[in-house]
Amino acid sequence: MRFRAKIVDLACLNNFSRVVNTIARLAKTCTLRLTAGKLYFILCDKVANGGVSMWCELCQGNFFDEFQMEGVAADHNEIYLELTPENLSRALKTAQSAKAVKIKLTNKHCPCLKVSVELPSLSSSSRIVTHDIPVKVIPRRLWNDFREPRVPDFDVSIYLPALKTMKSVVERMKNLSHSIVIEANLNGEMNLKIETDLVSVTTHFKNLGNPPWASEDGCQSSAQDRDLESMAEARIDIKKLQQLLAGQQVNPTKALCNIVSKRIVHFILLHEDVSLQYFIPALA
Amino acid sequence: MPLSTQPLGSGEPYVLTASLDNARNLSSLLRAVQFQDHATCFATANGLRVTVEDAKCIQANAFIQADIFQEFSVQEESVTFRINLAVLLDCLTIFGASSTPGTPTALKMCYRGYGYPLMLFLEEGGVVTVCRINTQEPEDLLDFDFCSTNVVNKIILQSEGLREAFAELDMTSEVLQITMSPDKPYFRLSTFGNAGSAHLDYPKDSDLVEAFHCNQTQTNRYKISLIKPSTKALALSCKVSIRTDNRGFLSLQYMIRNEDGQICFVEYYCCPDEDIAEAEL
Repeated sequence: MRFRAKIVDLACLNNFSRVVNTIARLAKTCTLRLTAGKLYFILCDKVANGGVSMWCELCQGNFFDEFQMEGVAADHNEIYLELTPENLSRALKTAQSAKAVKIKLTNKHCPCLKVSVELPSLSSSSRIVTHDIPVKVIPRRLWNDFREPRVPDFDVSIYLPALKTMKSVVERMKNLSHSIVIEANLNGEMNLKIETDLVSVTTHFKNLGNPPWASEDGCQSSAQDRDLESMAEARIDIKKLQQLLAGQQVNPTKALCNIVSKRIVHFILLHEDVSLQYFIPALA
Repeated sequence: MPLSTQPLGSGEPYVLTASLDNARNLSSLLRAVQFQDHATCFATANGLRVTVEDAKCIQANAFIQADIFQEFSVQEESVTFRINLAVLLDCLTIFGASSTPGTPTALKMCYRGYGYPLMLFLEEGGVVTVCRINTQEPEDLLDFDFCSTNVVNKIILQSEGLREAFAELDMTSEVLQITMSPDKPYFRLSTFGNAGSAHLDYPKDSDLVEAFHCNQTQTNRYKISLIKPSTKALALSCKVSIRTDNRGFLSLQYMIRNEDGQICFVEYYCCPDEDIAEAEL
């Protein structure tokens, strides 16, 4: 099992740091899955993290100048690691003006991701900052726990409004309530609602558009013959939604959410080189 | 209080309706008096007054005149209700508190009368937010009986002159002592903290002093914890009028210019700290 990778380009490096920062906001610990072509940050829906799950996928070619990976076996050419993304995010913080960043899987005293940051220096000798981030290697028998979640059989799928607006609305609502109702219909309308003893607030978004989903296997059947106006709704933990929005510093090229009435809200944020899926379960 | 005294046939079920092209003109003034959770709103044909009190010793009033609003109508002589100010401010700034030029939040505010919630309709960039904030029984407000005929000393300062002084008030001092006098030291702020006493004098011919009308030497002490909240108003204001009356009551009047260049006022009244004043007499 071997892994080493190198980023030289500053834009790629900043982009990668941004992704890791976002992940760090969403998950205390997560799984990093490495394959020959892609990196995945995965969070499974365990009760311990409030039933939230996450699937973030990036192509290594868009970020890394060198990427060598040898999995556990030739027919299972993959590596699964458990790590604290906050540690990786902190290591990359020192790399903001770095000439190069190398990431390597090592096993000195325990398995570690060794992040070596080469900083520019005026003299001929180079300055290198190294972080050893402890990781846990996940054995093959547990890999099945980390499979890509299926797009749920949603009632309504809708594009999200400008995330900046949504972020400030959700932030204010968070001051007022612990839970938020998110509802949408197939007519491009979405409402965010809170209600407490003191106050009720509803924000109405219109003309958002509903993404076309090909119904290959008819799995999105429940959205097929649905009344355009009728709302599908789910009440979710407002903190989880706020965390997701707070982590988005750049407006994604595409942002949408799928609502399964009273069950789950599935967010998909697509950037040019990163895709993030986030599942927030509905509260009882 | 009657539930609703509507002139029949007017078709207008609200006793108070107000609309504003830029909700920040209201939220920034309200923030200047937000040192307690609850506020009492009092509307007449002249405009809206929002009052916040603490410890029966300090009262802050924000005045938003009717002509600041694009529409302002009151169907009764006066309309009074109590409301959670923190909630009101969160609602008013639902689209963000920071100013993004070019995209103001439009506001319409309606109140049906005693027992009804305050309704807010906010719109920015085609997105509409509707808020329903429950109102509460209005409480009796303090009457400071601060009458301009009883004013002994009055100084009008440019706010920047006071901003630094208030920002750096020695909070280990229990009181802020204000001396106003026709003779030296004219206008002095003193604190008595752990690290010693500090005195700050303003000469009467300073550029910062716009008007100086002092008739009699007066030294009064005010609880610093009560004065401190007024720094919020001070930060927004361009001028401040400092007045004391014959009982030593303090009035701080802040002139605040909003984003559209209109002038509004926020006023703080504060009782003198009696224990110390008596002990020294």
